[in-house]
Amino acid sequence: MTMIFGIPVQALLGQMLVGLINGSFYAMLSLGLAVIFGLLRIINFAHGALYMFGAFIGYLLLVHLGIGYWPALILVPLVVGVFGMAVERLALSRLYRLDPLYGLLFTFGLALVIEGVFRFYYGVSGNPYAVPPRLAGGTNLGFMFLPNYRGWVVVASLIVCIGTWLLIEKTRLGSYLRAATENPELVQAFGVNVPLLLTLTYGLGAALAGLAGILAAPVYQVSPLMGSDLIIVVFAVVVVGGMGSILGAIVTGYMLGLAEGLTKVFYPEASNLVVFVIMAIVLLLRPAGLFGRDA
Amino acid sequence: MSEATLHEQRTAASVRLERVLIALAILALVAAPFFVYPIFLMKMLCFALFACAFNLLLGYTGLLSFGHATFYGAAAYFCAYAVKAWGWPPEAGILLGTAGAAVLGLVMGFLAIRRQGIYFSMITLALAQMFYFFCVQAPFTEGEDGIQGVPRGTLFGIVDLNVTLNMYFFVLAVFLLGVFAVWRIVNSPFGMILRSIRENENRAISLGYSVGRYKLAAFVMSAALAGLAGATKAIVFQFATLTDVTWQMSGEVILMTLLGGIGTMVGPVVGAGLVVGLENTLATSGFPVTIATGLIFMICVLVFRRGIVGEIYARFLAPAGGEGGRAQ
Repeated sequence: MTMIFGIPVQALLGQMLVGLINGSFYAMLSLGLAVIFGLLRIINFAHGALYMFGAFIGYLLLVHLGIGYWPALILVPLVVGVFGMAVERLALSRLYRLDPLYGLLFTFGLALVIEGVFRFYYGVSGNPYAVPPRLAGGTNLGFMFLPNYRGWVVVASLIVCIGTWLLIEKTRLGSYLRAATENPELVQAFGVNVPLLLTLTYGLGAALAGLAGILAAPVYQVSPLMGSDLIIVVFAVVVVGGMGSILGAIVTGYMLGLAEGLTKVFYPEASNLVVFVIMAIVLLLRPAGLFGRDA
Repeated sequence: MSEATLHEQRTAASVRLERVLIALAILALVAAPFFVYPIFLMKMLCFALFACAFNLLLGYTGLLSFGHATFYGAAAYFCAYAVKAWGWPPEAGILLGTAGAAVLGLVMGFLAIRRQGIYFSMITLALAQMFYFFCVQAPFTEGEDGIQGVPRGTLFGIVDLNVTLNMYFFVLAVFLLGVFAVWRIVNSPFGMILRSIRENENRAISLGYSVGRYKLAAFVMSAALAGLAGATKAIVFQFATLTDVTWQMSGEVILMTLLGGIGTMVGPVVGAGLVVGLENTLATSGFPVTIATGLIFMICVLVFRRGIVGEIYARFLAPAGGEGGRAQ
């Protein structure tokens, strides 16, 4: 068996794959946070809860209506996105003129309510969500065994991230969005419906979180607590990357996921801590974040 | 947090009224254990001090820390460990807990003040989560079980804290001392500078204050006082567990302060009383506490940003002209 630094190559690659999977979710979620923050100036604490919400909708669709994974991949982001837009219309839109801290506090409360509701009805234990048959099994790549579904998650998350990036950087809608980030009053004066743009943006962010949730359902167990555990790590990712750049958020997400996977191989006790330690180091050396313009 | 400014310009009459009310409140607290279950009161007082310490940072410096559970919980661990494993007397354990929380505050504050606003909150949250994972793994915290069966001991070798009333009056003394410390800090020249940072950080910088140092000092003081509350709690309940270092605990202290009134002296105390009371009621009703907490958060932020005490100040105690003027 081949060894690198006294570690079997298989174990190393296996953990790197796990890291890459985690990184995919970090990337998708921090991307959504960055998109929302860019325009709304709100840190969406409910992002983890929306991710959990997405996974749960997928699970409930399967259990109660027999709707499988592939239709859920479309339906779940729609439902979560519409829910997000309703929240934005009814509540968040009243908070824009206030200190951004209030947005954080409101979404924190929202996260508690969503999580609380699911905990009340489904308890804290996880519910398994089967891998869709077409992606069951695995492929032997010669140097390692790759479960098909995990490969799909990495590919899908890359598609989602690149797609969102293209949407924001290369389309007309994206250019409105970027302009409104710079100067909402001026953009409104040009006849763009900025309040609608804000609603759509929050909806997009929420849909991204929901999509990440349904992608995650077969990998992790569907549990009411899956979001809150994740969101804090994603916050650390966002601090490291800085929210100024969409691409920065994506790259940092994958990088920190990989770093976490590698730590699991060499020093497992610290694998929970490593993202936070990297955050602390980045704060000491480059307070604005790796890709950040300081906000 | 400019909404808090309103009540600060008050009339001589309102100051006099406030003094009378505070004297009455202290009298009520002295009489309370003869009417209400003392353990419940002690829990309330510990949380009230915790919320006051937190408010020193949020209400008077404008920094929203999402990681204050670290100081509360860590101090509880330090105190419980010193008292149980080393046989330290309770007062020494509490001092150690407070000092430990201050040191942690220095480290966390030093990192967190490198970014402003919303990033500050995220960094404190992330560092607190890191400390939580540390507590899960570190051997001295005894993992999921926590440190159980901490002896209450005798205070200064004289007062037996196993007697409930003795314990109560000790907690009350700690609480009053802590709140007095917060009041003293807030109403000192140092506190004025903190407020100026809250109102306009750039202007404070241009006036020549090294804002970073003031923020860090406020952070450490707030952490130490939160630690005082946590260490006292460990003696009262005779245990220290992981619950005290979770992010939910950080959220709870924010809720207490927000509900009572950010930037008021009395607000966090009222908020703590209400939240602890509510949790006690809900614990027997079967309605999940998380949902109630979340709903109160959302309602407070949407319609009630000054909090209960803040609203009362704004309605009844504000000088003419300041009345009804929403600060936003």
